[in-house]
Amino acid sequence: MPTFVYMTSCDGCGHCVDICPSDIMHIDSIYRRAYNIEPNMCWECYSCVKACPQNAIDCRGYADFAPLGHSVRVLREPEKATISWKIKFRDGREKDFVSPIRTTAWGSIKSPADYASPTPAAMNSQELAHEPEALKIDALPALSRDRLKQGLI
Amino acid sequence: MFTSNPFAELSASVPPTVMQTYVVVMALLVAGGTLFDIMHKKSARFFFSNWRKSKTKATRQVSDGRMVSIAVQTAVVDVMASGEFCNMRRRIAHLLTMYGFVIYVVTTAIMVFAYPTPATPAPASLPTLWYIGALMVCLGGYWFWFFIRVDVAAEGNSPFRFVRADLFIVALVLSATFGLMWAYAQTRGNPTWATVFLALYVISTTVLFGSIPWSKFSHMFFKPAAALQKRVAEANGTRANLPPPAEAPKIYGRVLGQPRHY
Repeated sequence: MPTFVYMTSCDGCGHCVDICPSDIMHIDSIYRRAYNIEPNMCWECYSCVKACPQNAIDCRGYADFAPLGHSVRVLREPEKATISWKIKFRDGREKDFVSPIRTTAWGSIKSPADYASPTPAAMNSQELAHEPEALKIDALPALSRDRLKQGLI
Repeated sequence: MFTSNPFAELSASVPPTVMQTYVVVMALLVAGGTLFDIMHKKSARFFFSNWRKSKTKATRQVSDGRMVSIAVQTAVVDVMASGEFCNMRRRIAHLLTMYGFVIYVVTTAIMVFAYPTPATPAPASLPTLWYIGALMVCLGGYWFWFFIRVDVAAEGNSPFRFVRADLFIVALVLSATFGLMWAYAQTRGNPTWATVFLALYVISTTVLFGSIPWSKFSHMFFKPAAALQKRVAEANGTRANLPPPAEAPKIYGRVLGQPRHY
């Protein structure tokens, strides 16, 4: 279900614009409020729904196959490290879910800029940046030429 | 310069009655524009429909005393302290612009109606407040316009791109800027520049108050209503359909303190 914005709740802070991986949350040029410019390009990752500090973003299905009248609301409480969902069905049933935002301590994950730059040799390697140390293993399993079937290489 | 009443100096060329009529016309434009905006956008109907819906679905009754307390909280936190903003820079810029605008408008009205000529000298503090108000508008307004505005900060657009949402803020900062420039040119005895800046001041001020149906001017009336509704929804248990606050879930551990996998 793609997202949409309640414009009376939005204060146009731009958090959703910054976080949207599909770059479809934009600022309206008349009211300076956020809106989803292309719902059918929405990845439905709900990053904007969770990031909105005003709880102004909701989700809904496409009207042609999902009947309206339901609601999906999200409450993010970073101080408790929880994210709660309230799913309301058209027939009035409600379901509440609570999930952890993350399972590691805040600030415990280093940003890419905190790592040393890779060496030219590492750039030519088949391993990704900071592998295998970042995976906390000695070495990645890999096939050597002598273990490949003869005739393939 | 900061203690001289610019409107008293202007009375040598523009009669005080013309200035007073202009202020009254601007006040009427604000009232008429806001009413038109309410009817055109059906915002009042939307507000009261939501209000009734919230009352019907309420899980708790809100007493009259609690309602007064909510109204006071809305006025103090959401209106007077711009508590809605999560971005502190934006909140400070908004407070500067809001209080600057209030001081600027109120002192203008007092000087134009109570001290319109040199024969009725204004207390020195009044013109000083007018300058301070206009400077606050410029400081908050330009800060917002060039650095905080989401079109620029989040969208990456040029700060000089102009869209309809900018009508209010541009007219506001230009009114304060041209007002200051006019007052400065008038004090320095430069009639040509004083006339040019006075014309620009009048044009930008007229656009500010006359463009309400197309600008964001009336947000100062709508936003407090939306903030009140939000607080009432919290108090009566509807919470705008939001989930209830999580009850310290033990299974997640203290992720704020120690990493924990489960």
